[in-house]
Amino acid sequence: MNPVDKRRRDFLGQATAIAGAMIAPGVFLYDYAHAKSPGEPASGKVRWGMLIDTTKCESGCRDCVDACNKENGLPGTTRPTDSQWIRKVELKDLRSGKAISAPVMCQHCAEPPCVDVCPTGASFKREDGIVLVDRHTCIGCRYCVMACPYKARSFVHEPTTGQKPDVPRGKGCVESCTLCVHKVDRGGTPSCVEACAAAGHHAIVFGDLNDPESAISKRVRAVATTQLRADLRTDNGVRYQGL
Amino acid sequence: MTAAGTLRAALAATLLLAVSAAGVIASAAAPALDAARSGPCVEDPLVMRREHMDFLKHDRDDTVRRGIRGVKHSLAACVDCHASKSDGRVLGSDRHFCQGCHRYAAVKLDCFDCHAASARPSATAAAAPAPAPVPGAAR
Repeated sequence: MNPVDKRRRDFLGQATAIAGAMIAPGVFLYDYAHAKSPGEPASGKVRWGMLIDTTKCESGCRDCVDACNKENGLPGTTRPTDSQWIRKVELKDLRSGKAISAPVMCQHCAEPPCVDVCPTGASFKREDGIVLVDRHTCIGCRYCVMACPYKARSFVHEPTTGQKPDVPRGKGCVESCTLCVHKVDRGGTPSCVEACAAAGHHAIVFGDLNDPESAISKRVRAVATTQLRADLRTDNGVRYQGL
Repeated sequence: MTAAGTLRAALAATLLLAVSAAGVIASAAAPALDAARSGPCVEDPLVMRREHMDFLKHDRDDTVRRGIRGVKHSLAACVDCHASKSDGRVLGSDRHFCQGCHRYAAVKLDCFDCHAASARPSATAAAAPAPAPVPGAAR
């Protein structure tokens, strides 16, 4: 070995040792989910979800729907061509007479059919499980509207007015519940959840399904909850209690 | 007239045309726009004039797809700063920032088919007394 090679080897060996010693403290190869700051990207460690307690949801109450319309700048009209992000569904078992009322919105599936069928990639699932439409790429073909088993998606048929700065929406695109992603990204909760709590019903719990200590995870562990059309194996983020 | 004379006349006419065209360009003054809020823009104004569309396109994907809020080049932040102090909007007349310049440059502006053209309430509260934008007119 010539002396130059030896010097290089010694130098590289020492440099590696020093670099290793400097990097090792404070480096963790694992991390727990933590609250996201607005400037951080959505994390795959989080799975946002909602639990709707149908036993607490009052028949005829539309507080969640109204709050959604207000937050997202929706007109709130219910003609066949109007956007509805939440629908209040009333069910009645004719034999027993048991009546159930519950809001149904985008179920934020882990395996969303709307994403599977989208020809442009506009319909997508975020890292944290929120299913959204990127209106910049949506061509308004409405395949996703057809594919959704929950009738959750709406097409905007007419020019829009009164958009909120955080919720752009316009004619020619498909849209649906965003889980109030603009609020969730800043550490907030969806407006329907807040409105339901403000009315004293507390029928909707929002939280991280992946965090075993979250309120929603504890409830899901403690009581029997169901996902709508669980047979489709879309693994919904929205769960229902008392169906 | 000789051949050389014809040539000279043609040259003179061409020169005259060129001079008058230059005069037109010089007289086309920059659009008069309502003053924005004070303070520097996120980039040099010359850079912004040329490249704002690319900045916006890049950062929109960060926000929509990855959930990063408060990006440097955010359309809502543009509107907050550049909204006219009279009505809190960037559209409406050729004095309004976005509409005025896009009209001057003859470039179609379709951001506001979907996006709100009014400054956010938090931004207008911090600025000079501006009347609240009419909710139904946000387009």
